Amino acid sequence: MATIELVDIAHAYVPGQYAVKDINLRWSDGVSSALLGPSGCGKTTLLKIISGLLIPTQGQVLLNGEEVNHKQPAERNIAQVFQFPVVYETLSVFENLAFPLRNRGVADSAVQKRVNEIAEILGLTDVLRQNAAKQGTAEKQLISLGRGVVREDISAILLDEPLTVIDPHQKWHIRRKLKQLQHELNLTMIYVTHDQHEALTFADQVTVMNTGEALQTGSPRELHDEPAAPFVGYFIGSPGMNIFEATLDGDAVRAQQISVTVPQAVIPQVQGQDLKLGIRPEFVEVSLTQQPAYFECEVQAIHLTGTAKILELSGMGLVFKARVADTFRIETGATVWANFPTHTTMIYADDRAINLEAEAKPL
Amino acid sequence: MKIRSNRGWLLVLPALLVMAVNAFIPFFTVINYSVLDIFRNLPPIWVGLENYQVVLQDDLFRGAFVRQVIFSFLILFIQIPLGVLIALSIPKKGWAASASLVALGFPLLIPYNIVGIIWRVFTRSDLGLAPLILGVFGYEYNVATNAADAYWTVVVMDVWHWTSLVVLLAYAGLNAIPDAFYQAAKIDGASAWRTFRVVTLPRLRSVLTIAILLRFMDSFRIYTEVFLLTGGGPGTTTTFLSDVLVRKAVISFDIGYSAAFSMIYFYVILIISYIFFLVLTNVGTGSEAPAE
Repeated sequence: MATIELVDIAHAYVPGQYAVKDINLRWSDGVSSALLGPSGCGKTTLLKIISGLLIPTQGQVLLNGEEVNHKQPAERNIAQVFQFPVVYETLSVFENLAFPLRNRGVADSAVQKRVNEIAEILGLTDVLRQNAAKQGTAEKQLISLGRGVVREDISAILLDEPLTVIDPHQKWHIRRKLKQLQHELNLTMIYVTHDQHEALTFADQVTVMNTGEALQTGSPRELHDEPAAPFVGYFIGSPGMNIFEATLDGDAVRAQQISVTVPQAVIPQVQGQDLKLGIRPEFVEVSLTQQPAYFECEVQAIHLTGTAKILELSGMGLVFKARVADTFRIETGATVWANFPTHTTMIYADDRAINLEAEAKPL
Repeated sequence: MKIRSNRGWLLVLPALLVMAVNAFIPFFTVINYSVLDIFRNLPPIWVGLENYQVVLQDDLFRGAFVRQVIFSFLILFIQIPLGVLIALSIPKKGWAASASLVALGFPLLIPYNIVGIIWRVFTRSDLGLAPLILGVFGYEYNVATNAADAYWTVVVMDVWHWTSLVVLLAYAGLNAIPDAFYQAAKIDGASAWRTFRVVTLPRLRSVLTIAILLRFMDSFRIYTEVFLLTGGGPGTTTTFLSDVLVRKAVISFDIGYSAAFSMIYFYVILIISYIFFLVLTNVGTGSEAPAE
């Protein structure tokens, strides 16, 4: 069991060019969490910093409160599973699983017992005596996983896009095994992926990264309902959030002809900053008939997703997407009425969400 | 039988013709000669396997054969580990990597006979650099009269000429090993030697198989450099199979004997190479891996 903490971490492979920066994150004991972001956003770099394959240019890595910056990967009690399954191909499945134990001089009887336990959980008991190189990709990934958790002192496991090369029909199998392992061994698990679906369904806590920065950490629900940055809103959800460039106009934030009134207290905080308005397609209210506060739009395109329709609408000088039920009968070119409810419309100043309710309260 | 199905032969005909000129005709000519006794201006006489018998009982052949086997295995024992070691010490990227590869490539670009001449001049007792330098350390080096000197000079020359080939193959093999393997071994707490054993060596298997086969076949057929450096001497110290063969075929013009010699030579290389291939492609892949 371990609490992992990153304090003020930054890393530059080339001096001056930071791959990750200003990282302050904390993973509690036994939590399954995900690092989500596009390729090249620094997820893998962060993982290597935690496992010790990389020493950060700046900042501290804390394991259970103790700084481990200069500890070797082997001393950190952290396992890592890579994107491509790593097996030692001249060794049997059993010896692969036993490898970390043998390297630490664990007694043979203890090795036997532990390897059999892990093989049992992973469903590898039948192939233990076979050569590891002859196993399928999914089995190889399970072997890598097993090798990671075979050490009794392992407290956290880092997974670097472990399902990328796995056939779709076997992905569920491996995910289930992952969940099971995490549960039975009570591990802190950090799962790196660029696939929002994988991250949101796997983890209790998701951190969204972009261009080397951690933008937001929260539950899948929080990330969906209150994205802390336009990128989070856009990256999570399908389709992503509608984001509009906006300006401050009196006491309102205005994007074309749409404006959202903001409390007086907030105005000084947003003045002179780069403003944006954001609303998720599923929060846009659409009606076939005119209603108070709704504005008129033209349907430019309709995308079918099976359970829902995604409408591309234009109105009030904006083009945006709205998600409606599949039963909503509409055709391209038709006129509809839409509304952006205030409580689901986000305002961003310099790419940070402005919390209207909290900020409006006097201190 | 349909005539149409024979049309495929037309397509392979050019390849067959090339193969015929290149391989089959010379090969069968040699087989033919090996069962004949040939004298000038007389019709050849069929002697069956007599030539083979003569070759196998010939002390010249037997001596050269033993020397050849020892030489080739010595070459493999030196060049393969040394090549891998050098490949491991070359940087992975940057100007130093390119510079190392170019420098290592030089010996491979030099024709065999030039290599022989370079080493002949280098080791001559009257004007060579080698005797001069070794003389400084008090060692009286003489490649023409001292058998030990001649033997290890031939070995060093071959190591100088051909280790680069092993290095280049091993280097290409090393660069193809994904970093994740080394990172995993690091996290698993493997020592440098263990990492080499379970990650590096198995992943170099295919390139090392090629390297071992090439180096075995080439060193088993060595001729030009040795001929120019020592002429097979002193005595028969550096007389290898090709040397005996050339003397018999070209100088004594003993065609039947030489043809039988060639066939035996050819099959020895073929059989040993095949054994190497079988062993190298199967070692360490058994389902019951050794629990070291």
